[in-house]
Amino acid sequence: MAKPLPSSVLCKPVCRARGGVHPPHNKFTAQSATQTLPLPAAVTIPLAQHIGAPCLPVVSVGQQVFVGTLLADRTDALCAPIHSSVSGTVKAIGPMICAGGRLADGVTIETDGNQTPDPDLQPFPVSSAEDLVAAARACGLVGLGGAGFPTHIKLRPSPEQPIDTILINAAECEPHITSDDRACLEDTPLIVRGMHTLLAALQPKQVIVGIENNKPKAIEALVREIEGNPDAENWLRVMPLPSHYPHGAEKILVQVATGRRVPAGKIPSFVGCSVLNVSSLAVLQNFIETGMPLTHRRITVDGPAVINPQNLLAPIGTAIQELLDFVGVHEPPAKVLSGGPMMGSALLNTAMPVVKQTNAVLAFDKKNDLSDRHQAPCIRCGRCATACPMSLMPTLIERYAKINDIENLRRVGVGVCMECGSCAYSCPAHRPLVQYMRLAKEIERKGRT
Amino acid sequence: MADSSKLTVSASPHFHCGETTAALMGDVLLALLPAVVMSGVLFGWHSILLIAVSVTACLVFEYVTRLLLKRPNSLADLSAAVTGVLLALNLPSNVPWWLPIIGAFVAIVVVKQFFGGIGQNFVNPALVGRITLMVSFPQYMTANQWAVPTTDAVTSATPLASIANGDLPSITEMFSKTADVDPLSMFLGLRPGSMGETCIAALLLGGLYLCVRKVISPVIPLVFMGTTVGITWIFGQNPYYNLMAGGLVLGAVFMATDYTTCPINLKGKIVYAIGCGVITAVIRLWGGMPEGVSIAIVLMNILVPHIEKLTTPKPFGYVKERKEGNV
Repeated sequence: MAKPLPSSVLCKPVCRARGGVHPPHNKFTAQSATQTLPLPAAVTIPLAQHIGAPCLPVVSVGQQVFVGTLLADRTDALCAPIHSSVSGTVKAIGPMICAGGRLADGVTIETDGNQTPDPDLQPFPVSSAEDLVAAARACGLVGLGGAGFPTHIKLRPSPEQPIDTILINAAECEPHITSDDRACLEDTPLIVRGMHTLLAALQPKQVIVGIENNKPKAIEALVREIEGNPDAENWLRVMPLPSHYPHGAEKILVQVATGRRVPAGKIPSFVGCSVLNVSSLAVLQNFIETGMPLTHRRITVDGPAVINPQNLLAPIGTAIQELLDFVGVHEPPAKVLSGGPMMGSALLNTAMPVVKQTNAVLAFDKKNDLSDRHQAPCIRCGRCATACPMSLMPTLIERYAKINDIENLRRVGVGVCMECGSCAYSCPAHRPLVQYMRLAKEIERKGRT
Repeated sequence: MADSSKLTVSASPHFHCGETTAALMGDVLLALLPAVVMSGVLFGWHSILLIAVSVTACLVFEYVTRLLLKRPNSLADLSAAVTGVLLALNLPSNVPWWLPIIGAFVAIVVVKQFFGGIGQNFVNPALVGRITLMVSFPQYMTANQWAVPTTDAVTSATPLASIANGDLPSITEMFSKTADVDPLSMFLGLRPGSMGETCIAALLLGGLYLCVRKVISPVIPLVFMGTTVGITWIFGQNPYYNLMAGGLVLGAVFMATDYTTCPINLKGKIVYAIGCGVITAVIRLWGGMPEGVSIAIVLMNILVPHIEKLTTPKPFGYVKERKEGNV
């Protein structure tokens, strides 16, 4: 580095996170500038890409659409609107399997190759918290870190607890994934302008970017950009975090950045914090400035089966197979993930489309797909409990889940599990603990009603 | 696209640290190696033979029981081998060759497999094997007849047995009277005793290896040894002697830290180790037996579920549920 970074912009975490694990970083694509994927012949855009109800289509078969044209929305339930990522003609609207295995409608659009932006798109100036919420909704924004929670719900000011700290999540603690890292490097001015927008609209005491210290270039780029803006220097901060999984988890980030603990069953706004993924912020600021909603995604395509790992900018709705064809695979992959190796989900097939939350596509060969792992009995070594960032005892919870012990599951607080995978990662008996945790949460949830 | 149906679908995470049960048990065996070698050096080839008999018996019993119970073969996890070595190291070197076989039967068949195999036993198998032999064959196990290291066929009381019998009223006297129990000799294992317990140097080396490899946490051994030494010191005994004599180090490092029978959480581990230490000290000071390490560990093993229930950590962001009507 040329000169030491100014200490006025950098800040330190206030406490350490409990537990966690150290999986290999495998950030092989950190140096690869984002390439734009050649436009596919057709895209299929699912209408359920968020936590909440599927959207209802507002276009019909045969209709001409442009980049950014609204495809689907609804006002009667929690959702984030869906926009077209290409210009072309709607070919079909029909049921398809969406992320997480649920069935919802998808809109298939044949591309015309022009990528004409929708002529009706207008910049969306924001001057208040209400404007910001409206912008996030109109943009179709969801948590791009992988959770898919509609951003406008998150930004909604709470009457009881004013937001005093906004955390921009660039931790990217999952192995392999570098899409947020690349966003920090390639969209630095946009991100810092976005921080200004948040500052102006929500008026917090500070806006902090939380970023793991294995991304020195991104940290430097952000610090330099903020530094060049003396009037905001007092409000904007960059906080390098230890490279320790799962520092990107919302509750952990809030804890290490502010020392506050989000109570079980609550969201960060309950303790005066709001957490926004860094890529989400870039998309939001771009929408505010140009009116272009969320249509494309920066995706890390990597994994042991990939020949030429890189970051790709792909239209939402592109088949995963198109990404794999572009980067090349050694042999037909044995396992393909959407998301990182710790929390990503294994795909049923590669015809499934890229969705808003797809931050990575990882292809594994037979040698690395863990299908040969032998499940052994628990020896009570306690590694799962040591690794759990939420202070749970996964081995005990597995036992309670097997005997449907709702009362004890409630007593040990199984609901706070965020399925980060630290327990199963460290289990020497190779027990599928995350699966048991999901089962246990389901049992506890059903028992509550 | 043709192969899309062949994709593996499994629950996350899709990475694993690579640790296995067999590797952990292998590390324990490696950590026991210095003690095994030293038992051979100190007590002769007979002790190595006894260890071999004990390990073989444990493996055979494990294999046969699993076969009869129609359960998958579990020899590969190496836990039976660990039990075999530990059982043998807890015996004096001049017991008859068939004694470890009886101990192995109790340990593997009764304590381990009858309760469901690895991870399910509620007490330490090797220790119950040893206690059973101690109760059933006192002539071999508790008499003042134990072999003295590096000598031929001479037997002598163990240092702790000597105190209990009143032969050696004060530690200071004993150190000055008996040439073969000076501090260094005791550290190196030149004293009568079970074949694996005498060489403290070898045991500490093994313990250090396990801590460095993070197979065990040092909490239980340190608290256990500290409690016993502290209490016996308060009551006027020599702390160094109490650490070196008897099975305290072997028990604290290798037996009390058995995963299955010790608490998982830090607080529980501390409570459990203090309990082990107190019971050992009480037996040493006022008990009818000269040694209490194995009894102390087994007693505390039984209390583990209760300790665990009382020391479960609060989950992240846990808030006490408000009582009804108290809003």
